[in-house]
Amino acid sequence: MISIQQADFSLQQEYEALRADCPTIGAIVTFTGLMRDFNQGDDIQGLFLEHYPGMTEKSLADICSQARDRWPVEQIRIIHRIGELRPSDQIVFVGVSGQHRGEAFAACEFIMDYLKTRAPFWKREITREGSRWVDARDSDTDAAERWQK
Amino acid sequence: MIRIKYFARLREAVGQREESLPLPESVATVTDLRDFLGRRDEAWQQAMQMGGLLVAVNQTVVDWNQPLSGDEEVAFFPPVTGG
Repeated sequence: MISIQQADFSLQQEYEALRADCPTIGAIVTFTGLMRDFNQGDDIQGLFLEHYPGMTEKSLADICSQARDRWPVEQIRIIHRIGELRPSDQIVFVGVSGQHRGEAFAACEFIMDYLKTRAPFWKREITREGSRWVDARDSDTDAAERWQK
Repeated sequence: MIRIKYFARLREAVGQREESLPLPESVATVTDLRDFLGRRDEAWQQAMQMGGLLVAVNQTVVDWNQPLSGDEEVAFFPPVTGG
């Protein structure tokens, strides 16, 4: 299931949902991305997350289906927040359940690497000096490319 | 009509979110459309030459040689920075 939302989310609630009613599950891997209060040497006071409604959901669904082609996972849950966020806020959640930890770890990392380089979200940082669009990082592109080898 | 959307830094540079227009005669591919929009004025020219610019047709990222027939949703945007 994929959710794009302004509201915060509860890790416990998401974990319980992944765990419910499925006795074949032997592993649940979750990742939570938080907002840092620094970037490129500046204090960041807030963040605004823009996205492309429609394409965002479509691209995340495509990433999930690619993960399922690669690993035999049970459930995949993605939550990405949009709008205004403050330092330490939760931004993104990826949870994957599977029979064994190997596929759950791998699928979770794959989904995050692809989300960071393919899903149409853009961050705008608010600093003391004003606001600026965040530049894409080469390290994120490298992280996504290693899955293509 | 072709529906065009702009996002993030690019949306600010061109000063609009979206527009619809009949497919211009000179436009057969997404590159032609980018060039057509870039001929509007200096601000548009600079914006449409933005480094790393991506293009999506009907909400899927495509190559710059993707053909257009005239009833698509086309989006131009800078590299993504979510997560």
